[in-house]
Amino acid sequence: MAKTPVKIDIRTSPYIRKAPTVSQIMRNVVYALLPLAAYSIYQFGISALVLMLATILSCLATEALFNKLADKKSTLTDFSAVITGLLLAMTLPPGFPLWMAAVAGFTAIAMGKTLFGGLGFNPFNPALVGRAFIQAAFPVSITTWTPALASNRFIEFIPSTLAVPFMKPAATAEWSTQVSIDGFTGATPLALMKFQGIFTDSSDLFLGLVAGSTGETSSLLILICGSYLIFKKMLDWRIPVAVIIGTLLTSEVFYLIDSSHYPSPAFMLFSGGLMFAAVFMASDMVASPVTPLGIFIFGCLIGFLTVIIRLFGGLTEAVMYAILFANAATPLIESYTQPRIYGARKTKS
Amino acid sequence: MNLLKFFGKKTFSHGIHPEEYKTETNTKATRRLPFAPEIIVPLAQSIGKPAKAIVYKGQHVTRGEMIAAADGFMSVPIHAPVTGTVITIDKLPVAKGGKAPAIAIKTSLDSGQIIVNSGIQQDYLQMSRQDLIKAVQNIGMVGLGGASFPTHVKMSIPEGCSIHTVLVNGCECEPFLTTDHRVMLEKIEVLLLGLRIAMKCVDAPKAIIGIENNKRDVLEAIKAYLPADQSITIEAIDTKYPQGAEKMLATALLDIEIPSRALPSEMGLAIFNVATLAQIGELLPKGQGLIERIITITGDDLEKAGNYLAPIGTPLQYILDYAGFTGEEAEVILGGPMMGIAAHSLDVPIVKGTGAILVLDSRATKRDDILPCIKCTQCLQACPIHLNPSEMGQLAAKRQYDVMETDYHLNDCFECGACSYVCPSNIPLVQYFRIAKTLNRERHLQNG
Repeated sequence: MAKTPVKIDIRTSPYIRKAPTVSQIMRNVVYALLPLAAYSIYQFGISALVLMLATILSCLATEALFNKLADKKSTLTDFSAVITGLLLAMTLPPGFPLWMAAVAGFTAIAMGKTLFGGLGFNPFNPALVGRAFIQAAFPVSITTWTPALASNRFIEFIPSTLAVPFMKPAATAEWSTQVSIDGFTGATPLALMKFQGIFTDSSDLFLGLVAGSTGETSSLLILICGSYLIFKKMLDWRIPVAVIIGTLLTSEVFYLIDSSHYPSPAFMLFSGGLMFAAVFMASDMVASPVTPLGIFIFGCLIGFLTVIIRLFGGLTEAVMYAILFANAATPLIESYTQPRIYGARKTKS
Repeated sequence: MNLLKFFGKKTFSHGIHPEEYKTETNTKATRRLPFAPEIIVPLAQSIGKPAKAIVYKGQHVTRGEMIAAADGFMSVPIHAPVTGTVITIDKLPVAKGGKAPAIAIKTSLDSGQIIVNSGIQQDYLQMSRQDLIKAVQNIGMVGLGGASFPTHVKMSIPEGCSIHTVLVNGCECEPFLTTDHRVMLEKIEVLLLGLRIAMKCVDAPKAIIGIENNKRDVLEAIKAYLPADQSITIEAIDTKYPQGAEKMLATALLDIEIPSRALPSEMGLAIFNVATLAQIGELLPKGQGLIERIITITGDDLEKAGNYLAPIGTPLQYILDYAGFTGEEAEVILGGPMMGIAAHSLDVPIVKGTGAILVLDSRATKRDDILPCIKCTQCLQACPIHLNPSEMGQLAAKRQYDVMETDYHLNDCFECGACSYVCPSNIPLVQYFRIAKTLNRERHLQNG
């Protein structure tokens, strides 16, 4: 007689599963962000590197602290806090003071995530919650841009990086003109457009040869990194596509009305953090709808709001607010866009 | 769905592609499983009313003899799978869990096991539809694809419906299973005879045999037998789980959507599994009862995995011993890995609806922590019914079972398990839905 099982473990079907784990998904998002991080270090030097480290460490420490307070099992290994930290750093100016970056990281995780119950329960993209907080708290520092490819970027920090907490950071305007290769204006393309009516060439924007936030400048690289995640089925392609459609359609309308006054759709698409936000921020799984139609509406809404805020609002940080608005609208969008099920009858019986 | 059609794909929308694990057994010809020394025949082997035992303890029964009679229209009789002596008629362990009334028979190993039948040679061409359907009930036929719906009930088309096409389900989309595959290679003639009988029962002019395109050998083999008038055709459709679900098959083959909670007959369809038809073709002309079926015995740590013609009522312990199980710990599953039932005891017998015995080791017994839903939408993209498992899972966690039913179409879920299969957070979605359905049913009963 053959041996028989000594122990039978009873479960219910299905007995086989095949899915990447949550931490595998999150880790892959981190991998996809690494080339962007490397490019930003190439562009802005050691300041960008320490900025990213500051936000990541701050996010991890905050998550650990709240885990302890809530007496929860450590959730650091799911890598989601690393993503929040990395995403946050990418949206900050490269010379952003480190202590402010740490405050941003703390706010992102504390107010954006753990207070709602942690990963899976955050109604907003945590990184953007942190970003929105410091936008209000430190309006000067967050709009102080420094030039890319500064000559001494690998040996010297940008003066404002090492600001002492609660003290006014060192001014960077003079430093910027010293280190800049070709007459840096200190203004981002969006600021140029908004406040001076100058349109930057779209191809420069596409390749990232402009001033801007740490990781948002090269649309090309962002698209390549996003494609990796889409290929791995860890990023829903429908969200970036819908954001792009929403942006193009809305800006095209204005461009057709008056092309001398309003920027071209291509400029809208490749300037500011739009491409980065469309690929990596709007696609935050937890804070976006799950229904097919809802995903499309959500993305288009972000594109629409971004263009409207950029053209008529008083600030250039349009995408961030557009996404936060859309995040807030997610439950509403979902409730109106439940999918039509197979075999649904036309009239309710 | 329209996009899939545009690219010329014969399939349904959504679904998953699990690894198939079929090569272990799909080329192994069916062999006969020896008679177990003791056979347990549960009285409830189909949806509907259990059969009524018509034998007594100590009675000698002959293989093929009716031992339990149908109790009304929604019931089928049961025939003795072996020649032997009735040991007991009592509550015995069954697959669904717990115990249920069953007849235990001690096999007479020296009797020769000659089958008795009704003795009436039946020529189906000469019989009326009513007589044919009655004959299908008399041989104790139920759907062998897994649902165990009494076949004669399915053949009794409701007033006002007329059937234009019989769909023959040869998809066998569950991983590991090769029962239907072997039937379609080894029993083509009786399969087609059974199909003609079914077509006559439902008065359908046309039939399509649907198989998944991972069974190309079947396509060639069956084509040689098909009539020239195109009344019966065979089509290979995409290999995808759960292609073998009736609704998914109708969509893939004919682009017909069977409405929510309706029978296929409402859309002019009657759908039968290949193994069911092959058994009808084999048994009905002889007037013989359903006493054995082909099952796939497969999985981990088995020396003699393969396809076996097994007497109904053979206990799992006997099957595992015969197949040479060498493992230490396992999950023993009646059916496939996606929708099968895990046995709670090895005394449980196989029944008419059991298509496979699957033994899984750590693959099935591994337990992962359940994490919060991260709304990745994988389950929405897997659900063949286009439900919102993500939202329903969260409602289940909040015990809002009534909302799941009223607002999220819980009762349209046919529990294929695709959502649980793809969930990165290890949320047992389909398991939650089963619980929700059961509790809702109980609540409705209490409320009258």
